[in-house]
Amino acid sequence: MEPSVHLCAAVALVGRYPVLAGADLDVSPGEVVMVRGANGSGKTSLLRVLAGLVPVVSGQAAVLGLDPVADARELRPQLGLLGHRNGLYEELSALENARFSLRSAGLAKDAAPRALERLGVTGRLAQVPAGRLSAGQRRRVALACLLARAPRLWLLDEPHAALDAEHRDMLDAVLGEQAARGATVVFASHEERPAPLGARTVAMSAGMVVEAGALVGLGAGTASVA
Amino acid sequence: MWRDALVVAAKDLLIERRSRVAMNQVVPYALVVLLLFGFAFDQQRPLLEQASPGLFWMAVLFAGLLAVQRSFSVETSDGAMDNLRLSGLQPAGIFLGKAAAVAVQLIALEALLTLGVVVLFHTELAGAGLLVASALASTACVAAAGVAYGALSMGLRARETLLPLLLAPVLAPVVLAGTQAWRCALGLSSGDGWRWLGVLGAFAAIYLAGGVLGFGALMEEA
Repeated sequence: MEPSVHLCAAVALVGRYPVLAGADLDVSPGEVVMVRGANGSGKTSLLRVLAGLVPVVSGQAAVLGLDPVADARELRPQLGLLGHRNGLYEELSALENARFSLRSAGLAKDAAPRALERLGVTGRLAQVPAGRLSAGQRRRVALACLLARAPRLWLLDEPHAALDAEHRDMLDAVLGEQAARGATVVFASHEERPAPLGARTVAMSAGMVVEAGALVGLGAGTASVA
Repeated sequence: MWRDALVVAAKDLLIERRSRVAMNQVVPYALVVLLLFGFAFDQQRPLLEQASPGLFWMAVLFAGLLAVQRSFSVETSDGAMDNLRLSGLQPAGIFLGKAAAVAVQLIALEALLTLGVVVLFHTELAGAGLLVASALASTACVAAAGVAYGALSMGLRARETLLPLLLAPVLAPVVLAGTQAWRCALGLSSGDGWRWLGVLGAFAAIYLAGGVLGFGALMEEA
């Protein structure tokens, strides 16, 4: 089966600084991969390379079988990226943000309420401008915007940040559901928290994938660090 | 592309309706600029009347800078620009949508400023067709060039101060042509105002075409 993510000796630069310095990684469809690493180890850059926002200058990169930069127009609508920031419009409500996310992807806006509800953004909360929500609530709204679009590849940078224990578990369950429907999830974390059930952990240091961890529980794909 | 433009324009205008930044800050700012011009030329009433088209377009230019900055600050304040890039929206559609939203705000502003010119400078409105046509063409120029340069400056650290520096020279011909067209329309000059309208139309076409073709690259660089 063609991997969802394939990096081989990938080097990426921001300015003249190598943010990826020969990274190797393969992720299978339906797999959840947790990327660990200290601050500055290259986790965020890895996600941005996979999203095609930072080009690979040497080595190979393929995402969903496509070149992240050359095939950006075809690839990007299939991706869902959540960065450190939430990417929300403060003046718009949670529901309006989710609807815009759907409209901009050319999808019907019907999925917005369901996605918000799945992340626990219900009732009056869905009508409140995003700028007035707490950090955790905003995080959940941003995740709901991705969930509504049902991307094939989720790229999440510290998605659990600002979430309480209940909603961390909720997010893990959502990611598990997405993997079960065949989507691939790659998420970065610098926290020493246990990986979600079924997730594989890999470690990054100095812009390289340095360690392939074990699967947690059963049911994950059979991907490996190249 | 047109559907994408509509989606983006609707979003930007909804944000403006909620935040009322243009209504509560940009419009008062532009009116204050007009008022200050009025104070500066108060002792020379004929000169003020002669200069009123130029003062009007300078006020529109200053206000347009604020509108453009606001249009991009909503994208950068919480990192929404990455979502726009990954959304599948065509860059040309994003450009046209943002330019249309800025243009709608500027047209509303110009209507109020026109009233201000009449009240403060005692300018008599005439040549309505040329006035409206040149206002629309100038607005298209300001919005198109403003959004293109807004994207260009988005990734820069000192974007708030760089945007006016970059944009003002580009819009100088528009202010000149808009002023001349209005002077002709108001009977303050004997020139052919429709020729100046042609100049404005040419600049609008150039800025819009440049934005449609180049906005994708500008977004990627930001």
